[in-house]
Amino acid sequence: MSELVAKPVPTPTAMSQPYWDGVANGQLRLQSCGACGAPRHYPRLLCDRCYSDEVKWVTASGKGKIHSWTVAHHPYHPAFVTEVPYTLVLVDLVEGPRAMGRWNGDSLKIGDEVQGKFVVREGGSDLIFSPTAD
Amino acid sequence: MSLSDKACVSGVGETVYTRKAEKSAFELQLEASLIAIRDAGLDPKEIDGVIPIGLVTGIAEDFIDNFGIPDLRFSALIPHGGASPAMALQCATLAIAGGVCKHVLIAFGRNVSAASAKAGARIHQMPQFHYVTEFELATGMAAPAQIYAPMARRHMELYGTTIEHFAEVSVAMREHALLNDNAIMKKPITFEDHHNSRMIADPFRLFDCSLESDGGAAVVVSAADRATDMPHRPVYISGVATGHPDSPASITQRPNIASLGLGKAAGRAFEMAGVTHDDIDVAEVYDCFTYAVIKQFEEMGFCAAGEGGPFVADGKLRPGGALPTNTHGGLLSQAHVWGLNHIVELVRQLRGDAGRAQVSHAEIGLVTGYGDMGDGGIAIMRRG
Repeated sequence: MSELVAKPVPTPTAMSQPYWDGVANGQLRLQSCGACGAPRHYPRLLCDRCYSDEVKWVTASGKGKIHSWTVAHHPYHPAFVTEVPYTLVLVDLVEGPRAMGRWNGDSLKIGDEVQGKFVVREGGSDLIFSPTAD
Repeated sequence: MSLSDKACVSGVGETVYTRKAEKSAFELQLEASLIAIRDAGLDPKEIDGVIPIGLVTGIAEDFIDNFGIPDLRFSALIPHGGASPAMALQCATLAIAGGVCKHVLIAFGRNVSAASAKAGARIHQMPQFHYVTEFELATGMAAPAQIYAPMARRHMELYGTTIEHFAEVSVAMREHALLNDNAIMKKPITFEDHHNSRMIADPFRLFDCSLESDGGAAVVVSAADRATDMPHRPVYISGVATGHPDSPASITQRPNIASLGLGKAAGRAFEMAGVTHDDIDVAEVYDCFTYAVIKQFEEMGFCAAGEGGPFVADGKLRPGGALPTNTHGGLLSQAHVWGLNHIVELVRQLRGDAGRAQVSHAEIGLVTGYGDMGDGGIAIMRRG
């Protein structure tokens, strides 16, 4: 048996710290341009619509639609050896930006409506998406 | 000033490709460099420009030290992964056309067979993946196959692309590799073999993924006015261009996750070269994954968006096909040296020196580079 390896721990930057503060509180936070209101993700210096550097942080609903997905079978990183196969999803959030997370559900297809939330695990949190209840 | 035909590839070199090299990446880079320099009929000290590929092997100073270069006039680093070699052709052509230097060495070496060097163990060291590393790695997005797979999945669901299309690319590359003594993969494969290969990152199976291999490759780009002094027939760089996708580093956030920088670059290269798609006799297309070949033909305008699967399905990429592609076996079946082997192969084809893999009457060809999940380079070359 290979030795159990811890999952990587993200290193926040000054720009991304508010995002990680949100994660610690179970919130998915996005940058919102302080001048024109356009949302953006992941954290960046300037708004790509109006080039303002004014930032407000907003909390996203976690609602969205499946943009695409993959099932990871080969564990490229030793921390995931015991977890494969697992499904990763890209989700178009209703707020505009896209989010990447794990899938907790059965079969899925592009366009499915989903709801995401952070789930705490040892050493961090994962954004987990599930089918939206009918 | 157009860059068209201002420079030519005068020398090419490759080490033996293996899955367990004794030499370091830098030693492999130097070995390939010397082969390419001699192939160009030059002495190492005549090199006056160098573009090392990759960020972890030799830099310009190392080439000065090892080759005794008395007056290196130009050097550059191009940090775009597998797009770097094709992008370096543009950079070298610019330096030469500007009169800065006469002979630019582009060289790469790689030794990744150690477990500590495999993709999943290195992604956090790669600056182009800093968003992946900070926001996605801990949740399980750990390697290029997993980042590309949702692009391929979306292509399949939106356009009806199938695993048979992927298999066609895999089998075509292998058929070419069987004609190349310096290809790592030696056995023929069938569609069934492709389908039965183990799943890596759905929809990618093992045979959809490029090799991890060790070796070195190099080319020398020289001023066109030196071409008559060269031992080999010159191969001119007629059109060359680069491009980047929108939101290149934050891959998840791309408005269209499948769009590539190549789509912006290809038209510029064709226009510079003054040729059309029908003029291309042979293509060397960066094949990190089978899907990437299909998508790049769309981005280059060989077919409409979504039509890449049917485009390859008729066997045109295979030996003797209408558009022989990756005639060396590519990253999928020859070796993975970031596509510098694709440039080497195109030059051999256009010289008429490609041995059993030679495409008859190959006069004009193209090579693409594709790196960091979307950056693109393309060069259209013609025989002199």
